[in-house]
Amino acid sequence: MSQPVFWALVGMALVTLGLYALIVHAHLLRKVLALNIISSGVFLVFIGLARRAPEAGAALPMEPDPVPQAMVLTGIVVAVAATGLALALIVRLRAVTGRTTLGDDTDD
Amino acid sequence: MPSFPGGMEWTLASVFVPLTGALLCFLLPRRAPLLGRLTALLTVAAVLGLLLTVLAEGTQQTALGGWPAPLGILWRADGLSVALMAMTALVGLGVSVYAHAYFRDKHTEGAFFWPLWLMLWTALDALFLSRDLFNLYVTLELVGFAAASLTALDGSAAALRGAIRYLLISMLGSLSYLLGVALIYHACGSVDIVLVAERIGTAPDLVVAVALGTMTAGLVLKTALFPLHFWLPPAHGSAPAPVSAVLSALVVKASFYLLLRLWLEVFDGGGPWLAEFLGVLGAVAVVWGSVAALRQARLKLLMAYSTVAQIGYFFMAFPLAAVGGGAVWAGALYLVLAHGLAKAAMFLSVGSVLRFARHDRIDELDRIVHRLPLTLTAFALAGVSIMGLPPSGGFIGKWLMLEAAFRQGRYGFVAVILLGGVLAAAYVFRVVGHAFTPTARAQRAREVPAAMEWSALLLALAAILLGLLPPLVLPLLEIGQVAVVSGVAAPAGSG
Repeated sequence: MSQPVFWALVGMALVTLGLYALIVHAHLLRKVLALNIISSGVFLVFIGLARRAPEAGAALPMEPDPVPQAMVLTGIVVAVAATGLALALIVRLRAVTGRTTLGDDTDD
Repeated sequence: MPSFPGGMEWTLASVFVPLTGALLCFLLPRRAPLLGRLTALLTVAAVLGLLLTVLAEGTQQTALGGWPAPLGILWRADGLSVALMAMTALVGLGVSVYAHAYFRDKHTEGAFFWPLWLMLWTALDALFLSRDLFNLYVTLELVGFAAASLTALDGSAAALRGAIRYLLISMLGSLSYLLGVALIYHACGSVDIVLVAERIGTAPDLVVAVALGTMTAGLVLKTALFPLHFWLPPAHGSAPAPVSAVLSALVVKASFYLLLRLWLEVFDGGGPWLAEFLGVLGAVAVVWGSVAALRQARLKLLMAYSTVAQIGYFFMAFPLAAVGGGAVWAGALYLVLAHGLAKAAMFLSVGSVLRFARHDRIDELDRIVHRLPLTLTAFALAGVSIMGLPPSGGFIGKWLMLEAAFRQGRYGFVAVILLGGVLAAAYVFRVVGHAFTPTARAQRAREVPAAMEWSALLLALAAILLGLLPPLVLPLLEIGQVAVVSGVAAPAGSG
């Protein structure tokens, strides 16, 4: 197994783990954490599989490619912003309803 | 010698004008209603300029900061982008006029509404212009954040729940899309749509198939195709009226547009099995969404389920277009544009009813037709387009799809398209019928500002007018499109 494929598989494992946690846990904080693990997995796949365009990659297959690193950096910023927004909404929900789960929408 | 202001200036203006407006509204909350409406007008002018330039000179391309494609970010305005931007601008103008009156006595909500709404408009225009898979991811997330924050605007428990659910779903969808982008970058060494389309033929089949799967799944989740629609009714049903209008008319269209782009330009029509699968889900969505809409007791939820049903039509185009080609896509896009205008008009009129009667229980509408004639006219006219009766925009779209389904002998789809129209008629008339009927106890009514009634009415008229304009709109959709076959016969040009 080549090194890029190994990291890509680890990334996919993280995505699967996160997806499982997102579905089974009701607590919203856990859901946000699960989404963060999914995004870490996706970033790992992105970085792990990164290489230059095929013609350049043939010469130096293991040369790190800066473009996906720049993209993942942007992706991390987006993920942080998303986490912040989600946390703010959850804090507000707890202040209004005293609960930290989505629960049933019909009770109000 | 390119004219000034030319394609590049209009392109930049249609994103940076609403962005500047959003920041100014955030910094000067007291002036936000005035600044917001001014920004809306200027954005409409910019999009109109871009529309006319594209009509006259064809596709406009802008390299941001002068950096060329592989490293830099390209914005390309072709017919499809400009058509959606024009729809966004029309809805945006209507919503901005409406929101000014709607938030007049709710200052806190209004102060938060304007920056978020203009930010959403910015993100939508940037999404329609981007031709870079990663940049599209960023704009998709921006749309999602702005939309989720808008959903939470009134701060009630229901709104917060809707917003959180929407945000989580939206993030999951975007990450699924991003996984596909990572795989495509691995296979093709680029994220520019044109370069990817050139190289994808030589990429390993498995990687492309997985990328197609994850990207489609993510975008379908964000577009709320049955059975992934569960998050839409609570989010759209609990938001303030102008926000519901924007969410239903524009936000779900953004992810559908992106999916369409990918299938047409990157994946070359996608996989036949996947297309068939999406088509069947779409057909189920039409029937299930319409029946669910019929059973709702509250007007806003009825509208939200109607959106679920209408989204089904868009996805029925995937299997039909595999054989029927450009005419089917043109039909689906026509439906997208018509639904955007009509659904915005309907949600705005529902907002007026809600303001007037202080509730939106359909059974207790108490002769609203006498007291809000303009609003009910707007609702009924928009309903004509949703049902797909001539001469409306919805009719042209459904006609093009129906014609293709007949030609291909897909009678199941024919039946669903027709049944969807009948069910839509049933739920629109259910509302209109109750609006004529007095209820047992008379209700105290509240004034509705004229701006709220007229903006909904004008949007509904635009949805009807769209049905008279296929000779103008169909050629526009073809500008810069390789896959949309030219020479679509304009059906019933004058309605």
